[in-house]
Parts: sequence; C-alpha cells; structure tokens
Amino acid sequence: MADILRERERQVYRKGQQQPYQLDCEKQSVAGSVSQRACVFCGSRVVLYPIADALHIVHGPIGCASYTWDIRGALSSGPELHRLSFSTDLQEMDVVRGGEKKLHAALCELIDAHHPKAAFVYATCIVGVIGDDVDAVCKRVSMEKGIPVLSVHSEGFKGTKKDGYKAACDALLQLVGTGPTEDISPKSINILGDFNLAGETWMIRDYYARMGVEVVSCITGDGRIDDIRRAHGAALNVVQCSGSMTYLAKSMKEKYGIPFLRVSYFGVEDMSKSLYDVARHFKDREMLERTQGMVREELERVMPLVAEYRKALEGKRAAIYVGGAFKAFSLVSALRHLGMTTVMVGSQTGNKEDYEQLRELCDEGTIIADDSNPLELSSFLEEKDVDVFIGGVKERPIAYKLGIGFCDHNHERKEALAGFEGMLNFAKEVYGSVMSPVWRLTPRKRATALEVVK
Amino acid sequence: MSSPLRVPKNAPRPNWVSTRNPCKACAPLGATLVMRGIAGALPFLHGSQGCATYMRRYIISHFREPMDIATSGFSEATTIFGGGANLHQGLGNVTSQYHPALIGIATTCLTETIGEDVHGLLHEYRAKRTGAGEPVLVHVATPAYSGTHVDGFHDAVRAVVEQLAEKDASPSAYASGFVNLFPGLVSAEDLRFLKEVAADFAMPLTLFPDCSETLDGPSMKKYEKIPEGGTTIAALRGTASAKASIEFGRTLRTKRTAASFLQERFEVPAKRIGMPIGVHESDAFFAVMEKLSGHETPEKYRQERGRLVDAYVDGHKYLFGKRAIVIGDEDLVVGLASLLAETGVVPVLCASGGKSGALGHSIAEVTTHLREPAAVRDGVDFMTIAEELALKELKPDFVIGTSKGAKLARELGVPLIRVGFPIHDRIGGQRILHLGYRGAQQLFDLIVNTLLEIKQESSSIGYSYL
Repeated sequence: MADILRERERQVYRKGQQQPYQLDCEKQSVAGSVSQRACVFCGSRVVLYPIADALHIVHGPIGCASYTWDIRGALSSGPELHRLSFSTDLQEMDVVRGGEKKLHAALCELIDAHHPKAAFVYATCIVGVIGDDVDAVCKRVSMEKGIPVLSVHSEGFKGTKKDGYKAACDALLQLVGTGPTEDISPKSINILGDFNLAGETWMIRDYYARMGVEVVSCITGDGRIDDIRRAHGAALNVVQCSGSMTYLAKSMKEKYGIPFLRVSYFGVEDMSKSLYDVARHFKDREMLERTQGMVREELERVMPLVAEYRKALEGKRAAIYVGGAFKAFSLVSALRHLGMTTVMVGSQTGNKEDYEQLRELCDEGTIIADDSNPLELSSFLEEKDVDVFIGGVKERPIAYKLGIGFCDHNHERKEALAGFEGMLNFAKEVYGSVMSPVWRLTPRKRATALEVVK
Repeated sequence: MSSPLRVPKNAPRPNWVSTRNPCKACAPLGATLVMRGIAGALPFLHGSQGCATYMRRYIISHFREPMDIATSGFSEATTIFGGGANLHQGLGNVTSQYHPALIGIATTCLTETIGEDVHGLLHEYRAKRTGAGEPVLVHVATPAYSGTHVDGFHDAVRAVVEQLAEKDASPSAYASGFVNLFPGLVSAEDLRFLKEVAADFAMPLTLFPDCSETLDGPSMKKYEKIPEGGTTIAALRGTASAKASIEFGRTLRTKRTAASFLQERFEVPAKRIGMPIGVHESDAFFAVMEKLSGHETPEKYRQERGRLVDAYVDGHKYLFGKRAIVIGDEDLVVGLASLLAETGVVPVLCASGGKSGALGHSIAEVTTHLREPAAVRDGVDFMTIAEELALKELKPDFVIGTSKGAKLARELGVPLIRVGFPIHDRIGGQRILHLGYRGAQQLFDLIVNTLLEIKQESSSIGYSYL
C-alpha cells in the first residue's frame, strides 16, 4: 500500500473501499511532497504559448524562459514567433536596482525586430518582490509601439497553475472586443482550450467546416491576435480544457452575452457528442444531419481499425494522471472502447465536481488521487499491476523504471489524440506500448513469467 | 519574421538587452544534479513549486530517469512572512517519505531575493529534530540571477565539501593515498569511465558528484525512492584527508571551487586540468593519474590511445579544414575545441551561455597551433550566435553541442552533433562517452561519419567505398 503523507490522506480515495466518499482538492501542495504540479507562471505560459504571432517575453532570471523554450508541440500554420524564447534574464544588479528599464528596452528591441501583433509579458516570482511596475512598462511600450502589450501576472508563488490560467485569461480578455465583428456568421464559434498539439486544432476546425460552422478564433491553438480581438463576435464559445478556459468563457458570457458549451475532443463518444451539442445549439436541422453524416462516416472508417487493437488490449489495466481532470473523463471512456479498465486516475488540478464525476465513471476499487507525487504514483502502479500509464513527461520515467508501458497525453506529444483520427492514434499508441516485447525482459514481468512456469 | 538569420549583411550588431533562445539554464538546476550524485540524498529547492517541476522535467528529458526534487512550495504568505515554516515542514515530510541520508537544499531567485537565512533556518530545524534517523542537511546559495546552471553545479560541489569535509574523518572504505576527483558536469558514462580508470590505476578515488547510477540505473521491479549509487557521506567527510584533488575545467580558474577550498583549508594539493577530451587533454589526465598513483598508464589505455591516433590518421582527410561551431557549457566547449583543433577541424566559433571570464584564454591555450584563431563568445544566446554567423559568413560545416542548438543547425542546413547536456531530442545523452581516448574515439568516428554521410547523400551517384 502507498506510503501517503498524513496531510495528504484525504486527497486519495479508493472507490467502494472508503465510506463516505470524500476527496480534498484545490489545495496548496504540501511542502516536501514532490508534487507533479508546476506554478502560476506555468499555467499562464502553457495557455498563451500557442499564440504564434505574439511576442512572449519572460520577465525574470533566465530559468523560467529556458525551461519553457519550445516546450509544447503547438503547431502554427504561419508565424512561429511563439517557438522562440525571450527573457529579460535579470542579473544581480537588476534585482538591486529594479528591472523596469531593462524590460522596457527588451520589449522595444524585440518588437522592433519581430513586429509582433501583440506582446505578453510574464512576471515571474521576483518581479513583484523587487517592486517592478510591469503594468506601467507595458502601457508605455504599448503607446510607443502601437500594439497591445499585456502584462501577465504569473508570479510563481501566487497560487497554483489554475491562478496562472486565470492570469492568462485576464490578458486575453483585454484583447477580446477590440477587433471588427462584421461579416461573422450567426452560426459561428470560438474554439476555447484546444492548443493545436500535433495539429489537433486543424482536425477540429475541419469538422466544424464540414458542419457549416464558422470558427472565429481558436484560443489558443494556432492562435492569432487579430482573431482573438474579434472573438466577441462569435455566437458560441465551445470550451475544451475547461480548467484553463471556463473563466474566459464565463467572463465573455457576462460581458458579451456569449453562451458556452463544455466539450471534449478525446475519444469517439465525447468527440461525437461535442459536435452534436454544437449542432443542436444552432437548432439547424440540416447542420445536424450533416454532422450525423460526418460522424457516421468517421466512425465507419475508424472503429473497425480500433476493434482490431481492442482484440489485443481487452482486459488490460490502465492508470491515468493528467493536469486537468476533465481530460481524464474522456480517457476513461476511450480506454473502455479498447476493452481496458482504468484502475487509477488522478489529476493535478481537478475540482470537487470533476472528482465526483470521475467517481461515478470509474469501477469499484479504482484509486482516485488529487495532486499526487512520484512515490504515491509508483506504489499505485505496482499495487494495481498496471499495463499502461497515461500522463506527461514527469510521469513517464516512473512507468518506464518499473517496466510499464506509457502513453504521453501531454504538451509534448507528436501524435494527434483528439478527434476520430486521434482515437485511432491513441489505440495504436497504447497497443504499441502494451504489446511491445521489451516488457518480457524487465524484472517486473520476468518474475511473473517464472512464477507461471513453476 | 522569426528567422534570426535574416539579418542584413554588415549591419551593426545591436547590443541586445534581452536574452533570446538561451544557451544556459539557471543555477539551482546544476545544484540539484550535484545533490542527486550523493548516496541516499534527495535534492530540495527552497522556493516556488514550479522551479522543482520545471527542473525535474528538464533533467528527466535528458536522462529519461526519475528525478525527484522536493520543494518548500512558497505561497504568497510565505513570501511575505518568510519560508521557515514551509522549509521545516518540507524537510520533515521528505524525511518521513523518503528516509534520505542527506537532503541537499538549494535556494532559488525568490528565496535569495527576499533574503531567507537558510543557514539559520536549518540550525533551528536541527535543534528541534534531535532523534535518530535524521538526515544530514547541506545547503547552497544558488540565486538564479547570478551565473548559470554550471555555476550552480560548481557552487554546490564546493558547498557540500565545505560543509562535510572533516580533518580526521577516516573514509573507512578507502585505503590511504586516495584522491578526490571533481569532474564537473559530465555524462553518466563519463563517470563510469573515470571510476574504471581509477580502478585500473589501483588508485582509490572519491568521485564527486557521482550520478553514474543515480541518473542511469537499471530497470526495477520496485520503485526505488532514492536510487542506489552516489558519493557516500563518509567519502565526502573524508575529502579533507585526500592525497590530492583533481578538478576538470580550465575555466574554473576564476572560481572558488571544492578543490581550492580543500587546498586552502586542509592543504590537500589541487590539480586543475582541462576536461580530458581528445588526445592532448587526455594525455594531461593520464599524466596526472600516473603521478598520483605511482603507476604507469595501463596497457589498455595505451592501446586505446594508439588506436585513436591510428583512427585520426585514417580519417584526417575528411576533417581537415572543416569548420565547426561549438556550443555548450564552457569546459565542454574547451575540450571539444581541443579535439577539433588536433584533428584539423577549424572551430570557427566557440560559444557558451556561461561567462566565467576564462573561456577565451582557455580556448587559446588548447588551440595554439590553429592558423586561424577561433572566435570565442561567452555569455551568449543562440540568436546572437545565429546573427554572428550570418554577419561574418563563417560558413560552418557542422555544429557540435547540446540539443538546444538543433534549431540553429536546422536553419544553417548543417548537422548537429549532439554532445553534453542537455540532449532533449534524442535518447542516450547520459550514455555518451566524451572523456579519455575512448570517448575521443567515439566522438571522432561520429564526426567523421556524419560528414561522410552528407557527402555520400549529396553525391549524385552515391558510392560504396570511401
């Protein structure tokens, strides 16, 4: 059984084995627990990162810029300014004297060199502590250069990743509402919370195009400043990655009266439901029929192939640990399509409703964990004899060290996992990992094999 | 618009204020690598949660191994009222979960800026926790606004030795006449090689840090909370009684290092040599080993040297006059420049994000016979390097250095030969051998074959023999 810190006992739940149900979440990580979470800056940086024609400059010492250079597989169909790393690289004397002058000079030279459509300035931990007035610098540069220069208050210690999402949304809200909205179709949407990892936004855009829905902006996958500025002209906000983007959707509802839908593009059921929900929202029978036709066509193409993988994967056990809990719902059902059981599921930043929904979705005995850490995760993998672990870069070595398959469902993946095609890719990747012959050589499986021989 | 190469020819080089595509990471990262090289130790960052997570990710992506880094996880209140409570709670939790023999604490920019007295806080903590089974605590100041990950690395090596070395500590595992070796930031394979060399010279060695197993371990049935391996605490305490200390790194001349501390404080003679990359720098290393061990270089290494020189002869035509850009940590760059220069390659630009102040001088020392002196840029970033190349029309044939140079190499249309740290876009960075004749042999073959492949691929007919 896992060695769980006393302070964290209420953040781990085993379905059916603990009554009554309780799971604490949305708490500051316990000091010394080696949380898999990042910080406020990380939340802001990942959300805004895919905006490809903006300048992103990290105000602070070099680390935060180094660790986020070209960090996400967020593709662009045009400019690639987002893939460069810019920092004020504050030095000791800047810390003593303040970094405002340096920030001003850095912004000016970079804007002159790259002609971005806007600039985002990420304030990191020490910026507030040394007393820099980032807002004032941004305002000044904005006047001088004639583009929006937006401060993102992402000091690492000022909360969790979720607060970083909010800071990012606050910056976006300054852009929304500043562009022209003529010529926008009444059947139009903004795609919120898809980041075009491995080109996923393009797949989703294609589905909407086939349905006859106009996409005004994608926030932020393959994102463009001018699109975001006119996002208030869309008739509906379609929100994936609800953890990061619900705040933006709610704010746009309040300010511009735009309704929003929560969707997920992972797994065939959630993907289909998302498209149907959008079609139903527009109360357009033809659109609904077109959507049905498209979904049928995609399913007929994809599902026979998925079924082939299912034959091999039936009965295998999976564990999931992701950033936002919403993605976990889709993964649990996608794994069911492959005949697999989810025996452990957790997230860095899930909330009460998320976990309640996960509990309903999961089988008896499933472990649900909030803000877990390597020692807990490794013990869950061992205890549940997991065949494949689905997570991000920091989870990968935990699985691999124990001779367990792994599927990257995070920022760095190179395979599209969203949409119908994504289900196929997901099946292929899980199959490719679970069925690899290498596990037979690992101590974990060898021991089992020998026992069988006995 | 995003291509840094589209700079007009002969345009004056602007004096950039910003850092664009950095060629360095921050100081605490280097310190966590050092702490990982101590037996039974867990690295701990005093600062925000994100620092630990980002550095874990950066390190994991190179080593593909678990890398747990604990943190005190600052909140807004902690920043205002001080991080003492969080530090104490964090140390307590790490102790109860990991049962470490040592916790290696490094500060971050935040804790340095608010002026945390880590030394005092640890003193308080020790006074409170007097029971058995408490870990040894060592700490190092690594303000991220000063220096690079390499400075953090060397500062951590010195801090650990300063805090643990004791005059009469007997490192019982060792016979008398042992030597300290501070290799700097090298690969796990390099560290295994150094231990092999010492064993072959029958010379007892305290190698620090030693990540050869802790960051390149075998497949496991049970998850190890703290992986096996690393320099033992006893060996670190005993460093004061060594016969001598060897440290790798010509650019360390500007720094106060572990070796210089042991020399000043305990009169352990310090011998600084270049990172042993290529024949010349390896000769210097083996000469030191001969002198300190009293044994001649074993036949095995003589053979390796002989085969390496023979290979240099076999491949010399393919390298002579080729032009290379060398990018990475300063001492790696110096070593590579030495290897390139001795094989006829012109290192047209040697660049590093580090700024020890000794890079230019060190490069000059190892490339004395070059007809065209190498351009050296320290404290530089990748976009500045790209602009420099465009302006000076340096026309490189290849880039050799960390994987962070991939974008630059791609824009230049030349291959990147990946060495050093980090290598984030390939597997096996931890298993690259850079050091000794054997490491030089592998690097040399790799460089020659990379260039041959281009020649063959770009030939209209291809060919079957060289």
